[in-house]
Amino acid sequence: MAQPTEKLDPSVDWSAKVLSVRDFKDERAFADLFAHFAPRIKGFLIKSGASAQVAEECAQESMVTVWHKAHLFDPSRASASTWIFTIARNKKIDAFRRAARPEPEELPWGPEPEPEASDAMVLQQETHKLAQAIEELPQKQRDIVKRAYFGDLSHAELAEQTGLPLGTIKSRIRLALTRLRQTLSE
Amino acid sequence: MTIKHTLNEQLAMGYAAGVLPEAFDVVVAAHLSLSDESRAIVSSYEAVGACLMENCERADMNPGALSSTMDRIKNSNMIVHRKKNENVLPEPVQKYFGGDIEKVKWTSLGGGVKQAVLPTDKKAQARLLYIPAGQSVPDHGHRGLELTLVLQGSFADEVDHFGRGDIEIAGDDLDHQPVAGTEADCICLTATDAPLRFNGLIPRIVQPFLKI
Repeated sequence: MAQPTEKLDPSVDWSAKVLSVRDFKDERAFADLFAHFAPRIKGFLIKSGASAQVAEECAQESMVTVWHKAHLFDPSRASASTWIFTIARNKKIDAFRRAARPEPEELPWGPEPEPEASDAMVLQQETHKLAQAIEELPQKQRDIVKRAYFGDLSHAELAEQTGLPLGTIKSRIRLALTRLRQTLSE
Repeated sequence: MTIKHTLNEQLAMGYAAGVLPEAFDVVVAAHLSLSDESRAIVSSYEAVGACLMENCERADMNPGALSSTMDRIKNSNMIVHRKKNENVLPEPVQKYFGGDIEKVKWTSLGGGVKQAVLPTDKKAQARLLYIPAGQSVPDHGHRGLELTLVLQGSFADEVDHFGRGDIEIAGDDLDHQPVAGTEADCICLTATDAPLRFNGLIPRIVQPFLKI
């Protein structure tokens, strides 16, 4: 069972651990990431209809990609858990389709590859607030959102209005993208 | 470059959740390569997915999973290179053709209009459309959802004017006749989840043969 105290604990800075993998090939930080995320990826994939074997394989492959793509991680645009979620989602689709999933182009970094630390912190707080907001959704609504992500809704059933409070987090990410573009064009 | 027409919440969520057919995924991925606004919407829905994953019931990894993962890391070498793409086709589309627009093998639809179908899975169909400047695409409606992303030039229809990076999301209520802008030949990437329904008699007869 998920342990609510751990999942909402903002004191563990997962972003810092990804950056430590990126900058120092830090195997201990990686082991911490693995211990936290791999069982969650596996659980999520099983919920999405994968067999335990496929889920295990995808979880391990996702963590391999975390290691290799750590240099592309940008904490001002995504929290560590969001970034790892996207990797796991892609592995799942690759496994189901047996073909690489179309992904948007990576944004190229400018000469100064370090995003604003304060941006990263605000985004982390917003992600935390979002998690709380999802917890507080009425049961029925939360079930619809879950079913959408576990692939139990057809496209026509995907809700146009989810009632999710995404305005703030969206504008933070938008701001980070604007700053990145500015750096690139300087 | 200003992009007026971005993703709706439904598609952003579907893409973030990873539940769209491949043909829609490629159009959305191409659009995200051009629109930061849409990228931000999708990222916020990815944050939702991450929250669900955090709260999900965990499944224990097999014994020795970490060390076998470390072995995989040490035995693999993934080089991810980032470069600015100045081509007509965004990278996710280039993967289907093995390069930019000059690699595309077109099929004529008559009147200078050409198409190239992307080899995606069969749940929906994606294709590139080439419409000479000032030309119109046959008047058509859709049984399902149609996405149209402009990659070069522009087009206008009953709804609005669409330029590079803009995406038009049309449901089965829209019968439209897109006309390419006169400034350049128009290249679009489209995805449909049901065959198009042309409103003129002759295009309807040729439809099964042309795989439109």
